[in-house]
Amino acid sequence: MDLTVFIRQLVNGIQVGSIYALVALGYTMVYGIVKLINFAHGDFIMVGGYVAVFTIPFLAQYGMPTWLCIFAAVAVCCVIGVLTEKIAYKPLRGAPSLSVLITAIAVSLCLQNLALIFFSSAPRPMSSVFDLPPLVLGEIQFSGVSIITILLSVCLMVALQLFIKNTRMGKAMRAVSEDGQAAVLMGISTNRTISLTFAIGSGLAAVAAVMYCSAYPQVQPYMGSMLGLKAFIAAVLGGIGSIPGAMLGGILIGLVENMTRHFNSQLADVVVFSILIIVLLVKPTGIMGKNVGEKV
Amino acid sequence: MKTKQQVLKSYLINAIALVLLYLVLLYAIQTGTITRYLRGIVMTIFINIILATSLNLTTGFLGQIAIGHAGFMSIGAYTAALFVKYIESTGVVLLANGDPTPQGQLFFLISLVLGGLLAAVFGLLVGIPALRLKGDYLAIITLGFGEIIRSLIENLSFTGGAQGLTKIPRLSTLEVVYIITILCVMVMYTFVRSRHGRAITAIREDDIASEAAGVHNTYYRVMAFTVAAFFAGIAGGIYAQYLAVLGASNFNFNKSIDILVMVVLGGMGSLTGSIVAAVVLTALPEALRFIPNFSDYRMLIYSIVLIIVMIFKPSGLLGRYEFSLTRLLDKAAALVKGRKAQGTEEGGAGK
Amino acid sequence: MSETPVMKAEHLGITFGGLHAVNDFNMEMYPGELVGLIGPNGAGKTTVFNLLTGVYQPTEGNFYLGGKSMLGKKPHEMVKEGIARTFQNIRLFKDLTVLDNVKVAFNQSMRYSVLGGILRLPGYWKEEAEIDRKAREILSVFHMENEVDQKAQNLPYGRQRKLEIARAIATGARILLLDEPAAGMNPTETAELMEAISTIRTRFGVSILLIEHDMSLVMSICERIIVVNYGQIIAAGTPYEVANNPEVIGAYLGRDE
Repeated sequence: MDLTVFIRQLVNGIQVGSIYALVALGYTMVYGIVKLINFAHGDFIMVGGYVAVFTIPFLAQYGMPTWLCIFAAVAVCCVIGVLTEKIAYKPLRGAPSLSVLITAIAVSLCLQNLALIFFSSAPRPMSSVFDLPPLVLGEIQFSGVSIITILLSVCLMVALQLFIKNTRMGKAMRAVSEDGQAAVLMGISTNRTISLTFAIGSGLAAVAAVMYCSAYPQVQPYMGSMLGLKAFIAAVLGGIGSIPGAMLGGILIGLVENMTRHFNSQLADVVVFSILIIVLLVKPTGIMGKNVGEKV
Repeated sequence: MKTKQQVLKSYLINAIALVLLYLVLLYAIQTGTITRYLRGIVMTIFINIILATSLNLTTGFLGQIAIGHAGFMSIGAYTAALFVKYIESTGVVLLANGDPTPQGQLFFLISLVLGGLLAAVFGLLVGIPALRLKGDYLAIITLGFGEIIRSLIENLSFTGGAQGLTKIPRLSTLEVVYIITILCVMVMYTFVRSRHGRAITAIREDDIASEAAGVHNTYYRVMAFTVAAFFAGIAGGIYAQYLAVLGASNFNFNKSIDILVMVVLGGMGSLTGSIVAAVVLTALPEALRFIPNFSDYRMLIYSIVLIIVMIFKPSGLLGRYEFSLTRLLDKAAALVKGRKAQGTEEGGAGK
Repeated sequence: MSETPVMKAEHLGITFGGLHAVNDFNMEMYPGELVGLIGPNGAGKTTVFNLLTGVYQPTEGNFYLGGKSMLGKKPHEMVKEGIARTFQNIRLFKDLTVLDNVKVAFNQSMRYSVLGGILRLPGYWKEEAEIDRKAREILSVFHMENEVDQKAQNLPYGRQRKLEIARAIATGARILLLDEPAAGMNPTETAELMEAISTIRTRFGVSILLIEHDMSLVMSICERIIVVNYGQIIAAGTPYEVANNPEVIGAYLGRDE
């Protein structure tokens, strides 16, 4: 492939990759704090997508910029994320991981089927969110959506990293993920911290949803499962529990997927999935994860 | 431990019960009580029994969540279907007047074993990377595996692509499938009650302790998972030769969830529970057909039921309780004895 | 001593991110010996156990069972080599019966195949009957023969500890590592435990390495005591020698600078 095509694929890959990274952050943060693979996380994206679809006409009607739908999506997803945790996961805290995992799968199923009943399985088209001119550099054109997706993702990730490293709540989150019981003794409210984690994770998923729908403008009930799966693979590749790892993993998966898709579109999913298997075989802690064995 | 005599006695009791059930089935088929519609339901019940009990090996006895059971089923289904289609193309007469010929019966059995074996090979390939590790990777790997298999089936040419595979010889008959189902369940039952099954349940209880007791955790985990995949493959083979048409959508995520729901409701670690749940959950949606749009709500109801069961009875409705015919008969006998000897203080204790 | 040691550790050590959790650990154990491993909290006693059972791989040194190097062996392989352990926080197969808890430990010495188990071939009946008998025999040493059908989680605390030891013996180990077996026991239970430990020594001819905080127990039953602090052996010898060693007294009581 020639250089222009290569560069365009590269940018596309980073664009999709930053969306994966945003979603992967949610998986990683929740896993870090409650040791749970939140299967429903992918479906939060779907929820965010539908919220955007329904708020855009409303915003347009009142002459407001359509990108404000991000805020609506974030708000709804935060609420859904926190509610999910309170209703389904909280009663099972300390239960065997098997029960928690089944619950997580059930929540995912529940959200998908609610969407199916309310909105039917037909994909809904989404009107454009950002009205931006493409960026032209010499011969190569970059779509405005690509640029804004990458920039916004990077900003959010840096902000998240700063939040976790420097603020009181961020420290509380790290403390709970290190040792929940000790954190309680230090006067940290685990319930509040866990809720906050779910809220942030779901909020990021909502941003990812709007970005994803700007690139592939349609929404349907099952859109979250494959997207969520790939983001999860990104989280594992980067090292589950590690925030910089999630970013790195997301972008790598996006690049690999896009490059493979360029050659053979059917192989892309298989390749991404093989990455998961290889990582688990060779370095199960991922690129940036630390080794935590159970204490004997 | 029960003495060998007691065990043999329970074998005999169960064998008699199964033969009686078989005779009832034969009678119903011959008198035409089993209509085409009913035949479909009973066949689906048998297939689901194999699927649910085999998934229970992974989920109930090994204590790991696998949500790609439909993927293994599809491998068995396509292997068996392609095999019998190939045999038919070589000119062997498999069907006469819609009924399988003796050769048909034979190749039906061979196709099931082949389907099971290939599914087991895939189980091995998926299980080794996932089961070496602690934690919940198996769930996500099996989920991904199921999706990949489905997309491969849709895109490969020899599986018929998006149109699916058609004109598969309909070699499954209720009588034979009944016997196969019983064999499968029996094998799984004796498997979990052998030293291998004991090691597998020990890993579920505490994997650090099992290792300290000399159990090779990864080996036994992969063993349980592979055996489960084998039986899912057999179920798939039957399914293919009952439906006669296969498409990738037969084996989607919802199918895996259907099976998981049976295992969870029947009780994780109870094979008899899985059987009961498979019967009830296959028959119930049929019985509830009169409710408009019921099928739209089925998965939603399942998901809510799963959440509620996990919160209030995490081991599933029956837990690890196994229903035993021998025990039931003993109790009944004790009751009768107790009635006869009303003067004595106690009836015989059934053990 | 002229006998050959059943177990020998040479300069064994492990580093976690720059910290020497255990350093230059040397010891030998002879058949039938009962050795105590003591030291303040965090001294590295359990880490020594984890090294000797393959949970951790040593970063330095080597150790031998019957003259054979055990480097690179996984925990389940160590069991096969004849070393078994119990845990500080009891680890039982809670939902299995007492009998099955013990039977699991026989698994690695059993031979019948998957097919033999499924078809219940003669090998299945023979081996199952044999381990059933052996398991009951071991449990009877601990006076638990009447609780075989109970679930492990329903046993009282002291009995759970004993069951864990029974399970370790059932592996056929020649060396038992007991991690604080008397922790949380009342005096009666401790007395019973001491009796059980001496019975199993004579009955099964095992060597025992014991971590314990209950000094009266250690002093009364151990022939030899090894004291570790900060991951290093600071003293070794008979209970009397160790009890009067100024280093040991310093480690436990703190010392004047």
